[in-house]
Amino acid sequence: MDEPLRIIGNGTDVPDRDVPDGLTDKDLIELYRWLVLLRTFDERAVALQRQGRIGTYPLYWGEEGTQAGPLYACSDTDWVFPSYRQCAVATLRGAPPSVILGWCRGYGGPAGFYNPRTYRVAPICVPIATHLPHAVGLAWAAKIRGEDTVSLAWIGDGGTSEGDFHEALNFASVFKTATVFVCVNNQWAISTPVTRQMATATVAEKAAAYAMPAERVDGFDPLACYDAARRAVQRAREGGGPSLIEAFCYRLGPHGTADDPRLYRDDREAERWRPLEPVGRMASFLARLGVLDDATRDGIAGEAKDRVAAAVRELEAIEPPGPEVLFDHVYAGERPWSLEEGLRELRALRRREGD
Amino acid sequence: MAQLNMVEALNLGLHQAMRADERVVVMGEDIASTGGVFRVTAGLKDAFGEARVIDTPLAESGIVGTAIGMSIYGLRPVAEVQFDAFVYPAFDQIVVHAARYAWRSAGTTPASIVIRIPFGGGVRAPELHSDSPEALFCHVPGLKVVCPTTPADARDVLLAAIADPDPVIVMEPKRVYRAGRSEVPDEAPIDIADADGALAELMRARVARDGDDLAIVTYGATTPLCVAAAERLEAEHGVSAEVLDLRGLFPLDVEAITEAASRCGRALVVHEAPRHAGLGAEVSSLIHERAILDLEAPVLRVTGFDVPFPQFANEDDYLPSVERIVAGAVEVLEF
Ligand SMILES: Cc1ncc(C[n+]2csc(CCOP(=O)(O)OP(=O)(O)O)c2C)c(N)n1
Ligand SMILES: [Mg+2]
Repeated sequence: MDEPLRIIGNGTDVPDRDVPDGLTDKDLIELYRWLVLLRTFDERAVALQRQGRIGTYPLYWGEEGTQAGPLYACSDTDWVFPSYRQCAVATLRGAPPSVILGWCRGYGGPAGFYNPRTYRVAPICVPIATHLPHAVGLAWAAKIRGEDTVSLAWIGDGGTSEGDFHEALNFASVFKTATVFVCVNNQWAISTPVTRQMATATVAEKAAAYAMPAERVDGFDPLACYDAARRAVQRAREGGGPSLIEAFCYRLGPHGTADDPRLYRDDREAERWRPLEPVGRMASFLARLGVLDDATRDGIAGEAKDRVAAAVRELEAIEPPGPEVLFDHVYAGERPWSLEEGLRELRALRRREGD
Repeated sequence: MAQLNMVEALNLGLHQAMRADERVVVMGEDIASTGGVFRVTAGLKDAFGEARVIDTPLAESGIVGTAIGMSIYGLRPVAEVQFDAFVYPAFDQIVVHAARYAWRSAGTTPASIVIRIPFGGGVRAPELHSDSPEALFCHVPGLKVVCPTTPADARDVLLAAIADPDPVIVMEPKRVYRAGRSEVPDEAPIDIADADGALAELMRARVARDGDDLAIVTYGATTPLCVAAAERLEAEHGVSAEVLDLRGLFPLDVEAITEAASRCGRALVVHEAPRHAGLGAEVSSLIHERAILDLEAPVLRVTGFDVPFPQFANEDDYLPSVERIVAGAVEVLEF
């Protein structure tokens, strides 16, 4: 089994490796800024859930590098396809975090859904693996049009068991689409360990069946995630077809805020992995490089805190969607009569009951 | 006699089935080591071992497909689909195989499987955790579809479904899962090895409330709401409404439906699933076809709207409420 690629050492016996190609000091700081924004959002969202201000939330604490790293390797015109676990990546492309919080609060319409075309980020995908064929189709369309847009999609270790995963990889390899599959192997799918999910020792080796290159990286190392994605994105853009990246890590938290991992795993295992978490690790790395001083670090933390706090205020200021939201946008064109009737019925009822 | 909620009753049923019959295996995502996201399968792995209580890979088509294979070899698999909308990846296996194996083998080798699906909204869940897909299955010849509403029915239906030779989809209204406890006899009323006709009996409609002026036909999570609506109709309008809890969704208890509609002369169908081409359309057709001369009003429907189940902040706008049911009933009564 290939050791996962690791760039950030531990400051003692594991040495740092060179900063990946293409990353200036400014890039390193920007990537760190992304990580901190994701982390800050995640921690705040968990707190909001505990206060009952949003619903069940799929926290990703520790997986920020698997999200920010590959996204940083994409151009702004490339498309990305998140699953629920990457629910906040659109904020890194400028989507308001309040909309993601709105989604978590169960809002539909513009209060909870963003426009994918504005950010080149597909809607948050709840049904496992079903978004992967979309990523392939999108890159395929670009190819048909003679454009070099790349698509990148995230999937979990559990998601590799679904048929859509295999169909997507096969299409991508047959049609040589410019698609990068990032499998976040956090070794758990709710209560199911990866050893129960697959008989292969790695996710990466599945790529061989689809004649596509694969790389295993340390999923807690944002720079390793970035670097593998950079190579894959470049290859894809140059017509070299799809790639699979296995970001090997560990799900440090529960599956979601409603899950209790003590029912099925020993939390001490998570504790052993926790020191590898990417945000602190990136900060120490940048400090060792002399790129990040304390003042800059505090500044970035403060910025992220302010941005998320503002998002929470925006969330609280949003008028919760009215009953029309049920009937809005079901069709892009005119509402069919049965929806019109439904809306009339609901309005009449609300008037009668005084809301 | 124990007081159980529906989760506990289903759990009891699975224990009883596995104890009584070695052919029974239980499979699904996260069902063994955690006992399932709703805990319906809690304790089974410890009691019956990993070979028969199986955490599967995350693949619904694989779950149903392999269950069919097991049944061909003589096992009686009970497959859990984690949430309603995650049955869709398995739709192919259900429609093209589970529903047709008996037919394709000249009646010799039915797909004797049970597919349990926690379904419906009202639990403030994220997208695709609140669907009501039962009508899709009712449209597929070869399947039986059943929806218990009380803890005792849930246990008994499950046992009868396991005993039944045909593929049975058990729709479990998750909003009712922990809504309350009621009596469930300790003894399993069904001998799995010799249970001919047990399911048919349990798929007959249950009278959830007696009445003579209006027949309210429903199933699942809307049943208690219909009973509450009937109480209100009694108190506020002096109307006595019967509430029929269908239990069997395919085949429907056509006799009970027609009898109640004929006797009352007025009927209302209530379900949470969208209206268009939903079960309400079928029930309404049956009544019109078979009892038109006894009717004093057209059969109306109170249902979910013809929209995707909304994000949860607006789910109460979508779900049939007691108010909507009363309003629908008044419309039928005042016709
Ligand atoms: C088609 C489908 N089946 C089941 C589920 C329920 N479910 C949600 S997350 C999950 C586990 C996913 O594990 P993995 O792919 O490893 O991703 P992770 O949660 O670890 O990010 C399951 C079974 C779902 N969302 N979609
Ligand atoms: Mg996982």
